[in-house]
This record gives sequence, structure tokens and C-alpha cells, in this order.
Amino acid sequence: MMLDPSEVENIAHLARLSIDAADRDTYARNLSAILAFVEQLNSIDTSGVLPMAHPLDTPQRLRPDEVTETNQRDQFQAHAPKVEAGLYLVPKVIE
Amino acid sequence: MHNKTVSELAAGLRAGDFSSEELTHAMLDRIAALDGKLNSFITMTREPALAAARDADSLLARGEGGPLTGIPYAHKDIYCTRGVRTSCGSRMLDRFIAPYDATVTAKLEAAGAVMLGKTNMDEFAMGSSNETSYYGPVRNPWDQDRVPGGSSGGSAAAVAARLAPFATGTDTGGSIRQPAALCGITGIKPTYGRVSRYGMIAFASSLDQGGPFTRSAEDAALVLGAMAGFDERDSTSVDRPVDDYVAQLGNGLRGMRIGLPREYFGEGINSGVAQVLDAAIEALRQLGAEPVEVSLPNAALAVPAYYVVAPAECSSNLSRYDGVRFGYRCDDPRDLEDLYKRSRGEGFGSEVKRRIMIGTYALSAGYYDAYYLKAQRARRLIADDFRRVLQEVDVIAGPTSPTVAFRLGEKVDDPVTMYLSDIYTIAVNLAGLPGMSIPAGFSEDMPVGMQLIGNYFEEARLLNLAHQYQQVTDWHLRVPPGLE
Repeated sequence: MMLDPSEVENIAHLARLSIDAADRDTYARNLSAILAFVEQLNSIDTSGVLPMAHPLDTPQRLRPDEVTETNQRDQFQAHAPKVEAGLYLVPKVIE
Repeated sequence: MHNKTVSELAAGLRAGDFSSEELTHAMLDRIAALDGKLNSFITMTREPALAAARDADSLLARGEGGPLTGIPYAHKDIYCTRGVRTSCGSRMLDRFIAPYDATVTAKLEAAGAVMLGKTNMDEFAMGSSNETSYYGPVRNPWDQDRVPGGSSGGSAAAVAARLAPFATGTDTGGSIRQPAALCGITGIKPTYGRVSRYGMIAFASSLDQGGPFTRSAEDAALVLGAMAGFDERDSTSVDRPVDDYVAQLGNGLRGMRIGLPREYFGEGINSGVAQVLDAAIEALRQLGAEPVEVSLPNAALAVPAYYVVAPAECSSNLSRYDGVRFGYRCDDPRDLEDLYKRSRGEGFGSEVKRRIMIGTYALSAGYYDAYYLKAQRARRLIADDFRRVLQEVDVIAGPTSPTVAFRLGEKVDDPVTMYLSDIYTIAVNLAGLPGMSIPAGFSEDMPVGMQLIGNYFEEARLLNLAHQYQQVTDWHLRVPPGLE
């Protein structure tokens, strides 16, 4: 599967990653090589095989619906890039 | 002191031959003198280490404490350490001071171990050579022009260079076992769910597992015993008591069946590595074990399946790094989209970005079935092969790495070649089985590791086999030239 630079742009956008224009071709080449490598999976017959998401096939453990965590907002926000009045600041979202 | 094992140091501390404070000082001085060239540490925690050592000495003086009380160690910078920078080898977390301790950090502290500092690693645990770290590459103590392996390269180098008697690592596709092999030390990745992942910065949640680096299987049994255990705060942690790994070290090997997969010993194997493995297997035969040829027919699917599953999971896990709540934030973002893209684009290195993009692609609309689900089906085939074989044999053995440590820069420009460094280790993570690497000899003057793979929760059997092997061989006692 050969990816061209515009497809790389699209994937980068989905992943919210900025890629320098100068590096786009290198990424396209490397990603294409990796995808070509994983194409080997298509050579096997997996009909009737259940996908395995968890190595021990263990279901999600549940716990009682009780409050066990305390509010530690100040501590967690101590190292946040930009906060004010307990809120995280970002550039304006709505015009 | 730096040549003593954990159990020798524990005996020395209890006997009063030296104090933990003296031992910790000695390790800190040794690191200051030697680590400039190796670059195995990112952050040193000198004063807290000395304070912890003094606390350990008080405990020991009262006749209290356990096997790790007062023992210094190096901690992979992937584990959160409260109040101490936790960088994960990345610019993204270069200024991140963890607000809490990982469970592994807390358990080792409770056991009285003394953290010397945080070790260097491939960025976000993605790599097989410790060349992707924001903090520069780590060098192999056996040959400084070669890589130590990755992603836990710093921890492996620190133990091999005798800068710490033990270190912690994590292993998603081989990141404990492969550096252990390349650096001539012992490393074990336990069964998935055995060690808590709470506070262990996530790369691929269905594959990640924490474990120790040591210079002997006996030491690994001690440290793993302290690291392992059920944790409420890790929803994938398994509620099963921790075996007494030390108690089983002395079991004889007579009748133990050791499977040798023909796919691991086939045509492409490096001849130097093959010779070392042949001698190691003969040594096991002399100890009473019975080598048996077995087959893992889907072995060749492991690396391709992993390089769909792991990037997919990483693309999801690394979406939390958005420049908003913690971590790197770009300067002067134009708008929210620019904030996300440039914080992530500037904060992550190229290997991380590559893997996020592969993962995003594999999970995207129209490709999910063809890539991700297909890989998960291949994963089941791989796991089923192991289950079948482990009904006939007790342990599977083979090389840990296809080659000895390669030169710095040799594979950085070719991701697929780099990925094939993990050809023997990756399947073990996909299946969730425990795997271990122990020193088995040398080729081209560089260490060669033998990998041992066990059945679910049979870490004790692996440690037992390794310990018995280490009673009749001395590979694990060899020291890198100049570092005696």
C-alpha cells in the first residue's frame, strides 16, 4: 500500500500531528514500507478466528459504584501549562 | 560493592559490613564517574536517595526490613515518581513532574529499596535500540559504539555497568528481554496482568508489562516478588497471589521438557547466536532437562500483527497529549487545532509520530477490518500455537535477539529492519505469556541472550530453570571490559 504525501497529510490531520512539509516524503516512504510489511497478514486465512483483544481473554473487572477518589484538582493543575480559576485555558474555540 | 548481587548486598547490610548510606554513596559516585559516556540516566535523585538510605539503615539497625531494604536501584523513566520528573524519554514530558507514584514505585519504596534516579529509554517505549530518546542515545557498556537495546536501554546499561544492582523496565514487544540480551544481563517480563500498570505510562495497553533487570535469576526472583501483585487501580491487574519465586529456585530440572521451535532455529539464524544457543541447550540437557523440537506455525505473523496492534493502541493512548492539561505546549497557538497539532508535532519525535500515524490509519474508517481486526485474529492464532505447544512442553527456549548488539545509527533510517530486532520477543507479548532472557555466551565479543518462555503465571519455573543454569555457567558474572 503506497501512501502519497496527501494521504500522509490526511492521516496526520486525523492524529492532530503537525508534519514539516520537508519531512512529508520521508514519512510517506517509511509509512508505506511499514504498511507493505504488515500486508503479509493478508496471506493467511483467518475465517472463523475470533479477534483477540486481551491476551488472557479476561473481561473487564467491575467494582461497586462507590466514590473512592478524592478531588485533587489543585495538585494536578500545579503543572498544567495554563490554568485560571481551576479551568484549563485554550485558544478561543467559538468565534 | 558494585560487583555484589542484590542478595549479597542484603546479607552484607544485615551483617553490618556496610551501611545503605555507604552503598548508596558508592553507587552515586560510580554513576557520576562513568555515566557521562553511557548516558543511562535522565534524572538523578541524589538527596532523596541518601535520605531513603538513612531510613533503611535505621530499619536495619532495629533488625527489621526485608530482602530489598537499603538496596539501591535505577528506575525506568516510564514509571511515575511523585515530585520527580517523569519524562518517558520524550520532549512531551520533559517538564512533567508526576503528581503521584506508580504502584511499582510505591511497592519498591515500601520494600525499602533506594531509587538512585530515572533511566533513559526510547521515547514512549517505542524502539529497540534506545536511539529515539529526546535525551540522546544510551551506549552499550560492552562496546560504546553499539546500542544497549531498547526500549529499556538505560536500565539495562546501568545494571550491566554495575551502576545499580537492579533496575526496572517495561516490555511491550521485547523491551526488557532484548536489552537484557544485548547487555549480558538477566531480565524478565512476567505474565500480562502480573505487575500493575497503574502509573506506568501507557504505550500499548494489551501488551505492556513491567519487570526487573538484575545480574542473576536469584535477584530477579527477589525483585519480581516485590514488584508483582494485584492492584485495584489497574483494571487489567490479575487477582492471583504472588508465588514465592525464591522458594522454587532450587528445584531440580530432571524431566523438564524444553521446546525448541523449529521456526526459531531455521535458516536465517545468525551462526554466532546459533552456536551459543546450541551450547546453552546442551548445558540444560546435562542438568536433566529434555529438549524437544516443537513448531509454532504462525511465528512469522508476530511482527506484522504487532506493528498493527501496538501502533493502534499507542495512537489511542497518546491522544491524551494535547498541550492542554499537562506536558509540552507549543508557543503562540493560533487556534485549538494549531495547539493540538504543534504541541504534538513538536513534542513527539519521529518514531512516535510514525507509530501514531500507522495506528490512526489502521483504525480509520474503511481500514479497521482489514488491518486491526485482521491483526487481532492473527494474534489469536499466535497465542493458540503457544497454548498447544505448552501442553507438550514446560518451557520454550530460543535466542532472544537475532543478532548481538548492532552499531549506533545502523538501523535508524530503516524502521522495518529495526522492527525485526524483536522477531523472537514480540509473540510473547501478543500471547501475554511470561518471558525471560539470560546471558548464554558471547559472539563477536558481545553478549548473547537465551530466551525462556513459560506458561501463564509460571514465572517461578522460568526463574528456577535460569537459576539452575546459572549454577553451572558463569556468563552472568562476566563484566564489561574496563568496568570491573
